Amino acid sequence: MTLSADEAARFAALLEEHEDTLVAAWTDRVATSLRGRLSQAELRRQTSELRRGFQQALSGAAQDLSAESAAELRAQLSELSTNRARQGFSATETAVSVIALKDAVLGILGDGASLRDYVAFSSFVDEAALFTFDSYVRVREELIADQAEQLLELSTPVVKLWEGVVAVPLVGTLDSARAQVVMERLLQTLVDTGSPYAIIDITGVPAVDTQVAQHILKTVVAARLMGADCIISGIRPQIAQTIVALGIEFGDIATKASLADALRYVLARTNKKVR
Amino acid sequence: MERVPILKIGDILLVSIQIDMEDQVALRLQEDLADRIVATGCHGVIIDISALDIVDSFVGRTLATIASISKVLDADTVVVGMRPAVAITLVELGLSLPGIRTALNVELGMALLERERGDDSDGDEKEDEDDTGTSAVITS
Repeated sequence: MTLSADEAARFAALLEEHEDTLVAAWTDRVATSLRGRLSQAELRRQTSELRRGFQQALSGAAQDLSAESAAELRAQLSELSTNRARQGFSATETAVSVIALKDAVLGILGDGASLRDYVAFSSFVDEAALFTFDSYVRVREELIADQAEQLLELSTPVVKLWEGVVAVPLVGTLDSARAQVVMERLLQTLVDTGSPYAIIDITGVPAVDTQVAQHILKTVVAARLMGADCIISGIRPQIAQTIVALGIEFGDIATKASLADALRYVLARTNKKVR
Repeated sequence: MERVPILKIGDILLVSIQIDMEDQVALRLQEDLADRIVATGCHGVIIDISALDIVDSFVGRTLATIASISKVLDADTVVVGMRPAVAITLVELGLSLPGIRTALNVELGMALLERERGDDSDGDEKEDEDDTGTSAVITS
């Protein structure tokens, strides 16, 4: 049920006429739902801004939220949800801030108003609330994507341990995306530094399943193809048990319990051969 | 038809592949290299593929064949300079280039060949025994 131009104009006038009462009633209801986590003054500022947005949209004869005159209202709503999402409010609490307008308007509505009018207005507000919900989810998703990307950048350093020996201390769960990044970075470092030995340290990997093992094996094989040898170190007792229980075969790839052991092993080999 | 140049450096033949490895080029290289090994009597071959963007199964097999042919003619072959992207693609395709020795760059490849020659002339096992023997002497 959409808002007719006539109804929109009437509600715009109503919002204008009862500005103070409306904002006060609206702010009260929002404050109750948020249980004092935002100050009264802050809420008051937000609701009075939103009221202005609604009034502008309605006086521009907006039939729904996608109308030209509702552009500013849309901007305000998405700003509101962005802030709420970043401040850690839930999606419901954010949407209720908008829906509370319906109650507030019901309070100031005179006896002369028809039910039809109110239902039309109410569906307009619902649309606005849904819009907030959408923006809230979008902002949250952006946050998550950003964090995932940061994690990816942060957690895959390749360090030089010795002349001709580089190490990759893996920290955190290895999924396909991270494994790919680790593999590319390790191989590139091997080329850049001309190191014939690489140590992959999995002390910080909480669990090794067949998939993680597969990723590590692929990296080792790729390094071999390029002419570098990989040693896997930092295998904790539980991990060793899991590896055996899962029947994962590391073949002729050297595995060591600690990074120190791995380094000692590499140095012994280079000394023996280069001397 | 394009040909891949073969350079002789000391006891080593250096092949740097700078063009796309089409089938004919690969086969021609195989023949040329065999001829050169016999003509020069070199004991090492280094094939530099750092300029290659694509290594498919045919090129892989050709490299393996070259390695085998060289072995018959008493020369060790090392493939050097494989790009990370090429290595990743080969692994994803499940091609592990069996029978091919690799090194990161030409320098490491030459060092590897030198070690191989040294090990060969002394005999692997004998050297190991010598090692343990000397270390035992030192510790006691």
